[in-house]
Amino acid sequence: MSNLPPPSILVQNVSLIYNHRLIFSKLNTFFPSGKINIILGASGIGKSSLLKMIAGLQPCHQGIIQANDHHPLLNRISYMGQQDFLMPWARIIQNIMLGNKLRGETPEPQRALHILEQVGLSHVAKAYPSELSGGMRQRIALARTLYENRPIVLMDEPFSALDSVTRTNMQTYTANLLKGKTVILITHDPFEACRLGEQIQIMTGYPASLYNAPIVKGTIPHPLTSLSLQKAQAHLLSLLMEKTSL
Amino acid sequence: MKFHFHQTLFVSIRVIAIITSLILIWWIISLSGSIPVYLLPSPFTVILALKNNQHLLWLATFTTIQETLIGLVIGCIFGMLLALLMIQVPLIRHWLMPIIIISQSIPTFALAPLLVLWLGFGINSKIVMTVLMIFFPVTSSFFDGLNRTPQGWLDLSKTMNASRFRQLFFIRIPAALPAFSSGLKIAAAISPIGAVIGEWVGASSGLGYLMQNANSRFQTDLMFAALLILSLMTISLWGFVTIMMKIMVPWLKENND
Repeated sequence: MSNLPPPSILVQNVSLIYNHRLIFSKLNTFFPSGKINIILGASGIGKSSLLKMIAGLQPCHQGIIQANDHHPLLNRISYMGQQDFLMPWARIIQNIMLGNKLRGETPEPQRALHILEQVGLSHVAKAYPSELSGGMRQRIALARTLYENRPIVLMDEPFSALDSVTRTNMQTYTANLLKGKTVILITHDPFEACRLGEQIQIMTGYPASLYNAPIVKGTIPHPLTSLSLQKAQAHLLSLLMEKTSL
Repeated sequence: MKFHFHQTLFVSIRVIAIITSLILIWWIISLSGSIPVYLLPSPFTVILALKNNQHLLWLATFTTIQETLIGLVIGCIFGMLLALLMIQVPLIRHWLMPIIIISQSIPTFALAPLLVLWLGFGINSKIVMTVLMIFFPVTSSFFDGLNRTPQGWLDLSKTMNASRFRQLFFIRIPAALPAFSSGLKIAAAISPIGAVIGEWVGASSGLGYLMQNANSRFQTDLMFAALLILSLMTISLWGFVTIMMKIMVPWLKENND
C-alpha cells in the first residue's frame, strides 16, 4: 500500500445540520494527493466538523466523502488534534506505538526511536508525558501520527495552543516529515496557512462555503524572511476579513 | 520533592496535634469526675485494658481483619466486574442499574440479621455484609470513570482502528483508574463497618462481638480499647489503599488529596 501514491479526497454535496442549524449545505471540494491542503477559517465555522466527517468520527448523512481510488478511507487515515491526547500512564515510546497495541500488532521500537530522533526528542523515549512541556508533547503527538505511517493525515488546529516559536518549529517539522502524504490541515492562522499551504481554501459564511485562495510559490515550508510569504499572508488575511464580513 | 516533604510534615503535625488535643480533652473530662468511670473511662484505663486483654483483643482483631480483607477483595472484584458488564452490555446496564439503586435504598444494617440467619454465625455472613457495604462505591466510581473517557482518546483510538475490547483494555480502563481509586478509598474506609455490624448481630468472635459483650458487662474500658483498635485498623487500611493507588496510578493528580 505504501508504494502506491496517497489518495486524493473528494467531497461531494456534503451537508451538515447541527443543533437545528445548517452548518454547511452541499459542500463540494477536492483535496489533491500528496499535498498539504489548508482549510482556513474562523472558529466555529464548521472546519472541525468537516475534518471529523472525513476521518469517520462524525457520520456523514448527506453527500459523499471518498478517495479517488474508491477504497474506504477508514484505515488509511491518521488524525491529530489540537490537544496531544498522550496517555499519562504510558511512557513516550509506548505512546508513539499506541496504534500497534490497539490493533494487536507487534510494535516496532526501532522505527519509533527513529521517528523520535526525527522530531529531536529521542532523549525522552522513556519519560512520561507529564515530564514534558506542551511543545514537546505536541511533537510527540506528531511522532505518533508519523509512526502510524498512513497515507492521509488530518490535522485539526494542531499547533494553535503553542507559543509562536514552538509553533513555527512544529510547522517546519510537519512540512518536512509529512512530505508526500495527503494532508488536510485546519488553521485559523493566515501565516500558518501561507507557510505550509500547497492548496489553501477559506471556509466562511453561514452556511459555510469554501473559496480557493492563492498560495506562495516554491517549496514548503517557506522561509520566514521570504517577502512573498509576508505579502501572501497580508493578502490572505484581508481576503479572510473581506469574506467574513460578507 | 522538598515541597512534598514539607507538605507531608505539615499534615503529620496537624494530625498529631488534633489527636493529642482530643485525648487531652478526654483526659480532662474524665479527671474532673463529672462522668462516672463506667460511662467514660480515662485514657489510662483504656491503655490498661489494652494491656490486660492483649490475647483476647488480638484474636478478635484477627477475625475482624480477616472478614474485612476478604470482603474488601471480593467486593472490589465483584464491583469492578459489575461496572465492566454494565459498560459493555447496554441490556445489562438498563436492567441492572435500577436494581442496584433499589438495593442501596435498603439499609445494609437491616439485612444483617437475615444474613446471619442464612449464612450462620461464622465468618461468611460478615464477609457478605462487607461485600454488600462496599460494592456500590466501587461499582459506581468505576462505572463513572469508564463512562467518562475523554472523547479525544476515543476518537484517536477509532482512527487507529482499535477493536472494542482493546479500546476498553488499553484506554478506557486505565483512564477510569483515578475515578476508581476514589471509590476504592471509600470502600476501604467503610469495609470494617460491614464486618463489625455482622458481628454485632451474631458471632462467636471478632471486635464487634467483643464490644457487644463488653458493653453488656459495663466493661467500658475494654469497649474503648476495641474501638481504638478498630479505628487504627480502618486508618491503616485506608492509608494502605491510598499509598497503593499512588503507586499504581501515578498519573493521578496529587493536589486532589
